[in-house]
Amino acid sequence: MASLISCPHCGTRPKEEFAIRGDATPLRPSSMASDEAWHDYVHLRTNPRGRVREHWQHVAGCRRWLVVERDNLSHAVFSVTDAATEVDR
Amino acid sequence: MTAYRLPAGGLIDRSHTLAFSFDGKSLSGHAGDTLASALLANDRLLVGRSFKYHRPRGIVTAGPSEPNALVTVGSGVRRDPNTKATVAELYDGLVATSQNRWPSLAFDIGAVNGLMARFLSAGFYYKTFMWPAAFWEKVYEPLIRRAAGLGRTDLSPDPDSYEKSWAHCDLLVVGSGPAGLAAALVAARSGLRVILAEQDFALGGTLLSETTRLDGEAPYIFARRVLDELQNSPNVTLLPRTTVFGWYDDNVFGALERVQKHGAAVDAVKPVERLWRIVAKHAILASGAEERPLVFGGNDRPGVMTASAAATYANRFGVAAGKAVAIFTNGASGYRTARDLAAQGIGIAALIDSRPDAAEAAPAGVRLIRGGSIIDTRGGAGLRGIVADRGGFEDLIACDAVAMSGGWSPVIHLACQRGGRPVWSDALQAFLAPDVGAGLVPAGAAAGQYRLSACFEDGARKAADIVEALGRQAAGFQAPVVGEEPDPSFTALWHVPGAKSKAFVDFQNDVHLGDLGLAVREGFGHVEHAKRYTTGGMATDQGKLGNINAIGILAAMRGVSPAEVGTTTFRPFYTPVSFGALAGTSVGGHAMPVRRSPLHGWAARNGATFIEAGLWYRSSWFAKGEEKTWRESVDREVRSVRENAGLCDVSTLGKIEVFGPDAAEFLNRLYCNPLLKLPVGKARYGLMLREDGMVFDDGTVSRLGEAHFLITTTTAMAGGVLSHMEFAAQVLWPQLRVRFLSVSDQWAQMSIAGPKARVILQSIVEDDISHAAFPFLAAREVRLKGNLKGRLFRISFSGELAYELAVPAGYGEAVADALMRAGLPHGMCAYGVEALNVLRIEKGHVTHAELDGRVTPDDAGLGHMMGTGKADFIGKRLSNRFGLTAADRAQLVGLKALEADQEMRAGAHLLKDGAKPSTINDQGWVSSACFSPTLRMPIALAFLKSGRERYGEKIVVWDRLRGVETMAEVCHPVFVDPDNSKLTA
Ligand SMILES: [Zn+2]
Repeated sequence: MASLISCPHCGTRPKEEFAIRGDATPLRPSSMASDEAWHDYVHLRTNPRGRVREHWQHVAGCRRWLVVERDNLSHAVFSVTDAATEVDR
Repeated sequence: MTAYRLPAGGLIDRSHTLAFSFDGKSLSGHAGDTLASALLANDRLLVGRSFKYHRPRGIVTAGPSEPNALVTVGSGVRRDPNTKATVAELYDGLVATSQNRWPSLAFDIGAVNGLMARFLSAGFYYKTFMWPAAFWEKVYEPLIRRAAGLGRTDLSPDPDSYEKSWAHCDLLVVGSGPAGLAAALVAARSGLRVILAEQDFALGGTLLSETTRLDGEAPYIFARRVLDELQNSPNVTLLPRTTVFGWYDDNVFGALERVQKHGAAVDAVKPVERLWRIVAKHAILASGAEERPLVFGGNDRPGVMTASAAATYANRFGVAAGKAVAIFTNGASGYRTARDLAAQGIGIAALIDSRPDAAEAAPAGVRLIRGGSIIDTRGGAGLRGIVADRGGFEDLIACDAVAMSGGWSPVIHLACQRGGRPVWSDALQAFLAPDVGAGLVPAGAAAGQYRLSACFEDGARKAADIVEALGRQAAGFQAPVVGEEPDPSFTALWHVPGAKSKAFVDFQNDVHLGDLGLAVREGFGHVEHAKRYTTGGMATDQGKLGNINAIGILAAMRGVSPAEVGTTTFRPFYTPVSFGALAGTSVGGHAMPVRRSPLHGWAARNGATFIEAGLWYRSSWFAKGEEKTWRESVDREVRSVRENAGLCDVSTLGKIEVFGPDAAEFLNRLYCNPLLKLPVGKARYGLMLREDGMVFDDGTVSRLGEAHFLITTTTAMAGGVLSHMEFAAQVLWPQLRVRFLSVSDQWAQMSIAGPKARVILQSIVEDDISHAAFPFLAAREVRLKGNLKGRLFRISFSGELAYELAVPAGYGEAVADALMRAGLPHGMCAYGVEALNVLRIEKGHVTHAELDGRVTPDDAGLGHMMGTGKADFIGKRLSNRFGLTAADRAQLVGLKALEADQEMRAGAHLLKDGAKPSTINDQGWVSSACFSPTLRMPIALAFLKSGRERYGEKIVVWDRLRGVETMAEVCHPVFVDPDNSKLTA
């Protein structure tokens, strides 16, 4: 956990303003995708040590969903981007 | 024991006398004193009792690592227990009391623990109190809690206020000694934003007690000059009385500022303490070094203190620790103290150096014993002499104080709070801070640079590095010319062999040499085990003074280097922080804000009893006349709604307004039921699922325009649904053109329900709301009389003819009052959430009592709502998976008690008649239950295996928690008006 998160819209703000959802890596499969793909998306998560990409929401700020890339061991934050722009990558 | 105030000298204001009291005795000191220096000046050496043996204890240090001199400062509600007298600033009217003694400090019954010492050895708690387990609660714990203790807090509410603040700077300097001042000055002159934090009330650190001349003057004069410049620099914030207690991610530091802890009167406008969170681009740790005690027999007798403390009391506070001070040292520091004391005219009984062939010379006339040690002390609660040992020859030396110097340990606590482990230095015989990167850099004595000249140079150089790292030009700093300084080296002496009585390692927790030996012998030699086995380092001082000696002793006993033993883990807080400061302004009504509905005043006027629902206060029922119990009121309210009409506040429901050309498509993907074809001016019940196919929330969707919807959520999920929608809109489908916002607080919303609802409502509504003009599920803007615009929805939770009317929040009470007046001749009443709950159970409507996260739409009897023809919606794909469509899933049913006086309660389990209660035999559970005034019997909603096939079956409602078993008949969950004739009337 970091003490500060730099929201791309609001600037550097205390972590208390944010809520964390979890792994940002799984992408929602199409409704035609296999049972396995959906099971993976909804239920299965890896629990890596080190660099992770997570969804955080700036609930007490702009209310945008963000992708926070950080190290869950050193707590270093590498990047914070708006999740909507992530989708277009 | 004859400590006394020196006739002259020190940085105290002798013209300013302060009155204070200790254990009821009136004493006096001077401005600039700490409580400890004032107590010493009054020859009060006995200040406390130790934790376990209740041994008499005196002042050991002159700073924040003090283990013994813990007192309670203040009285009544303003009582701070466990205050270190060595850092407590003296003020006029200060009231201090000693702790952990009964009945008095001088005669303490707990001291018999000392006689029982062999039963109180290391591991005592583990060995003694292990068995029998039942004794813990009744015997051991109360006994330990009474005997243990230290200070006691006052349990009444804190009358003072606290606050939290953020601060931002380029450079935070922790400590205002020589390294800190040099660093702050370089950074300030280079234009950096600087915060200089110092735990002491006076800035200057050791320069306030140091005697080595700087530029030919006393060091405090140099310090004052630097501080004047810093004070006048607009880019510098000086924070005296501020302890930096924690280092957190992103170089955020926690600091506690004692704003008003140094006076008897408290200005109510200001906080007494302020909790800072300091965001620093860089920080310099200039926290200095701690002098180690020596572990010799009888080293805890009042009158024994560190050499630097004795020198500080003499130089800074003008107080002599005794008339004849014996100095025991393993390095040059003892000689410096000898010189300082001699210069103040304080008698020195002897200077005992553990090193046989040290080069230093004692001051003229002082007896020097090289290669000697102290093996015991004499006296009662005060020191009368020491037993010195030199090559096996014992020598009894009369003295009234001992100044001990066991070498130095850099204060590196902050640098080790984020996982970095201290690094052992063989050269310095001390642990140094690990390299924790450029964010926090130790300087000066904290970095093992003990000489004054080195401190100035190190502080200035490290600040200059930071200035340059920030892309600026570093300004110059002319270090003062430092007078003659002693060689700071010492030869580690972890404990003195041949102790004739207990040699204490941890003074506060009474851990002595023998305890550590026992720990090693019994297999608890690992530093973390030894800590817990002996409790060494676990007291309020967290082993600031004693841990290093404990590590050295463990290393010696195990025959390894201290590097191999290592340290225990460093964690915030460096010194204790009050709960008041941590809570800040989040107390009372600010700790949990109250949300009041816009109709709160209306409800209160009508006699509502309120119930907390999250932060909301919702009107629960409205007692009338002779009604004594809630049930009487609720039964009447329900009957009134079914027979006439009722008005209920439903403003707490979440309300979200949704706009955009893709609003319909967005909602169609969000809800499991089809919404694309919802006509403008119509409302529809909606169910949101989670991706795993379980119901997430329910509410209504109203189409106010082609591209404009208003949805409602349950009260509890208003925030959760908004976040969920934001995730869907921003992350899942950012290409959809939709915008929405919460309008929960903007609208007062009331439900008008009952056969007479329309006629009552029509009397305040301008527009025609006849059945033809405003049919079931109509939803649109209406004009009220007086031209106020509202939103009217013909929806029903109660099963009656019902409307929900929303008006701008500020008009809510006036509209509700008008409706009540209009409803009076029709027998309308106000009804609360309890009656609402009964009404909806009678109608078989579900709430989160049913939709508990394990329930699919089909389980709740709402399977028909699923828009299976839709290409996609949240929860669609996994709704079909194995297990969610099984025929034996628990399905929503109604239950009717067979006997009218038998009660059913939510949480009860369902069993076949005659079946043994077991998980295997479990048939389901009761989710909601009530007494139905309409049916005049207890009814319930329940989930029962294959329930819809079992109407008519008799089943046991088994409530183990309350010890109740009820027979009930399974029925359709809609008890009232199953063909919905009332809704469309
Ligand atoms: Zn933001």
